Amino acid sequence: MWAGIFLGLKQELMVTLIIFILLFVRLGATEYRTEFILNLVNLLLLVNFIAGFFFNTESALFNGMFHSNKLIVLEKNMLNLGTLILSLQAYNWLKDHKLVLEFYLLLLSTLAGLFFMISAGNLLMFYLGLELSTIPLAALASFDLEKKKSSEAAMKFILSSAFSSALLLFGISLVYGATGSLGFEGIVQRLDGSSLQLFAFILLLSGFAFKISVVPFHLWTADVYEGSPVTVTAYLSVISKGAVFFVFVQVLYTVFKPLALEWYRILVLLAVVTMFTGNLFALRQDNLKRLLAFSSIAQVGFILVGITGSSQSGTASVIYFILIYIFSNLGAFGVVALISALTGKENINDYKGLYKTNPLLSWVMAISLFSLAGIPPTAGFFGKFFLLMAGAGKGNYLFIGMAALNMVISLYYYLRVIKAIFMDANDHPIGGLKIPLLPAIGLLVCATGVIMTGMMGWIYDYIYSLSVGL
Amino acid sequence: MEVMNLSLFVIVPLITAMAVLFCKGLPRVRMVSLVGASLQLLLSFILVALYWKERAAGNTAPMLFEYQHAWFASWNIHYHIGVDGISVAMILLTAIVTEAGILVSWTMKPMSREFFILLLILSAGAYGFFMSLDLFTLFFFLEVSVIPKFLLIGIWGSGRKEYSAMKLALMLMSGSALVFIGLLGLYYYSGAGPSGSVGPYTFDLLQIAQLPIPKGAQMVFFPFLFVGFGIFTALFPFHTWVPDGHASAPTAASMFLAGISMKLGGYGCLRVATFLMPLAAREYAPFIILLATIAIVYGALATMMQKDLKYINAYSSISHCGFILLGIGMLTRTAITGAVMQMISHGLMTALFFAAIGMIYDRTHTRMVERLGGLLKIMPFISTVFVIAGLCSLGLPGFSGFVAEITVFMGSWEHSGEMYRFATILACASIVITAVYILRAAGQTIMGPIRDPQYNQLTDATWNEKGAVILLIAAIVAIGIAPFWLDGLLRPGVETIMDHAGKAYH
Repeated sequence: MWAGIFLGLKQELMVTLIIFILLFVRLGATEYRTEFILNLVNLLLLVNFIAGFFFNTESALFNGMFHSNKLIVLEKNMLNLGTLILSLQAYNWLKDHKLVLEFYLLLLSTLAGLFFMISAGNLLMFYLGLELSTIPLAALASFDLEKKKSSEAAMKFILSSAFSSALLLFGISLVYGATGSLGFEGIVQRLDGSSLQLFAFILLLSGFAFKISVVPFHLWTADVYEGSPVTVTAYLSVISKGAVFFVFVQVLYTVFKPLALEWYRILVLLAVVTMFTGNLFALRQDNLKRLLAFSSIAQVGFILVGITGSSQSGTASVIYFILIYIFSNLGAFGVVALISALTGKENINDYKGLYKTNPLLSWVMAISLFSLAGIPPTAGFFGKFFLLMAGAGKGNYLFIGMAALNMVISLYYYLRVIKAIFMDANDHPIGGLKIPLLPAIGLLVCATGVIMTGMMGWIYDYIYSLSVGL
Repeated sequence: MEVMNLSLFVIVPLITAMAVLFCKGLPRVRMVSLVGASLQLLLSFILVALYWKERAAGNTAPMLFEYQHAWFASWNIHYHIGVDGISVAMILLTAIVTEAGILVSWTMKPMSREFFILLLILSAGAYGFFMSLDLFTLFFFLEVSVIPKFLLIGIWGSGRKEYSAMKLALMLMSGSALVFIGLLGLYYYSGAGPSGSVGPYTFDLLQIAQLPIPKGAQMVFFPFLFVGFGIFTALFPFHTWVPDGHASAPTAASMFLAGISMKLGGYGCLRVATFLMPLAAREYAPFIILLATIAIVYGALATMMQKDLKYINAYSSISHCGFILLGIGMLTRTAITGAVMQMISHGLMTALFFAAIGMIYDRTHTRMVERLGGLLKIMPFISTVFVIAGLCSLGLPGFSGFVAEITVFMGSWEHSGEMYRFATILACASIVITAVYILRAAGQTIMGPIRDPQYNQLTDATWNEKGAVILLIAAIVAIGIAPFWLDGLLRPGVETIMDHAGKAYH
């Protein structure tokens, strides 16, 4: 009994343990060394990551409130890896920050919330996990304490989150009213497509759409991404978004399976609008964080294309893509974070001539961007290919054609950055930067992931074999 | 049974590129690259020899030296490679142009290391493309080649290089986006069995060829594949990336771009679009012929107006690549053989032309026809090469261009319809225009008085440049004088395609 609970909850417990250790450090010592904290947290996250590969069982705890299986453990492990990479890359920024402990307390609470959310077997549990992740995130967004923009970002984030939570809660209450159940298994048995249920579903969908910034619920994204510290921006756009996608896929394919035809149509529409909006806005951005923000909106559109496919290939391709997305987006954000921490520059024009002074950083940036654009041999090619391939399974080639068109549009703004880095001349380029060890490891992991994930086809096959159960 | 590991063609360039990465200084970088490229050339000669041996021993399998390895088993995607005569010829072409390209870039500065690495990656992509038997693998290699071209033009190019690089990358990516949709269509129709059952989907070229893909589906997806690949090979009206891209690129990249990259498109049109969807190919043939004829005539006329040597060759490439599409559109055995010959011939000839232009530009720092003159007196070797390339381009007998074009025309004439005749006559007439612009350009640049006294100090070709052009000229003359060996190499491959089409029509 207890062993089952411990094994099922091992990742959540580990993250909670780290939080408690940090709290005790805070209580016990008035003075602590920042480097020690950073290394400790990174080490423990690494342990958690490695432990995530062993003793994985299927379990349903607390009357079905919490459930876990190999796929869910894998998803959590991916998020854990992403957080570890982020933490490594943020080393320079955190080293000089006064509130390192608080940063990690908030960050890890968020992660724990995401873990609970992914494992939720009940809409209430899902909501609890989501809120546990959202509220610390708002605090994190304002972590550039001296910058006004950062507080503005936090304010915008908390307001839009509150709004989307309200939508979600209203949706949940209507679902309860219409089906008499909040557990996923109970809901699916009583769905028949009545108008009340559809309305409830649309409210829920809007709540989700806010979290993953689907157009037209994306308006908060660019401002929040621009204002927040780079690390938090990366966390928002990769980890928290990825987690919501994991749940979204589960909920759509299992809970709302009876409404599949309805949500298919809605998703097709949302995907097209999201891709076009994200890409067209990204074309004109000069701030790299804003550019990556809009590009991440466009990427969400591509993921939605994958979700419209059949359940098994859809799930597998979405999870596979998010794995690749973690590597490629964190690679790009890692470079931006490092340069921002060392020089404070975030504009595309500042990156002109970067290759002359920092060839390694430039290449990491280049392959990350190629991966985001979906160009082989980087992993992004395989990720995008499979998303669109899953989507094409329904035979809607016009839709797939629009997605393919968007891949071409998106190439333009990624190449703009490449052009600035490799081709443009600059009288005052960013000087040669010395990359500290930990961020270098973080970037190396990203680069390796970007290059290798696609070549090793068994990764996809493994995810595919786990997705059967959904 | 002869054995040949085809993956070596991808592995050798990549290992060379890795080795170059760890080299310091231009002399070492170029030496390692040259060794790698020579190894590729040697490998391709061995491949040709083994291929002959195997065919002589009576092996009639459509593809030889096949190798298959599961890549994404759950999608039924395999790394599947193998060659027939057409692929062998294209691989040989790639090896020759790569070797020549590295030789002419002997003094490439700055960032020489990156330059050679990108060239090697390009060649790896081209080899992989030509031997892929799985459409996913094929598409993978097709896209691999886009970004190195963007960087080569954007970093080392001249003129409006950023604009040209961006235009090329975006247009080629649009092409591959179209190809992508066509491939997905093929994939999902490959699983639809005759009785409405949904079988295992596949990307395997040979398996799809055995499947009866319904005509309706062919009519929908053929244009995607043909136009998609067509963009790569300057199909009218999607040819606009060609002049800017070629003119802005550094010499070796121009050679590669016109010599090999444009052939990826022609090969794809033939191997994927026409081979897998013969019914649609026949229905769409009039459109293909129309567009090809426009490209041939328009390209030739547009060349007349050009004053920059590189633009002259780029526009004439549009015209010459039109012959490839014309041959494919005609759908007869002879015409398709001619189309493949034209791919090889144009690949060699245009590489030679760009090499000669590059050598002239390196020395005089101009490519404008009116500013050049009398070069024959100063650099006789380069001038001779320039003339040879020009004569091959205008189809003088004895060079490869004549063989290829006459084969296309003979194949086209097998059709008796008025439209076919009309297109053939127009295409023939374009050769006269070619003669005009080639002879005019050659006359103005190498004959006449020396325009600039400074030119008197210029030197003739160095040993590496001579090596590059002699290699290319040897191949051109070998095809021009003794075309039967190329014909014999290509015949089984062309017959596979035509037999398959013949079966579909009856």
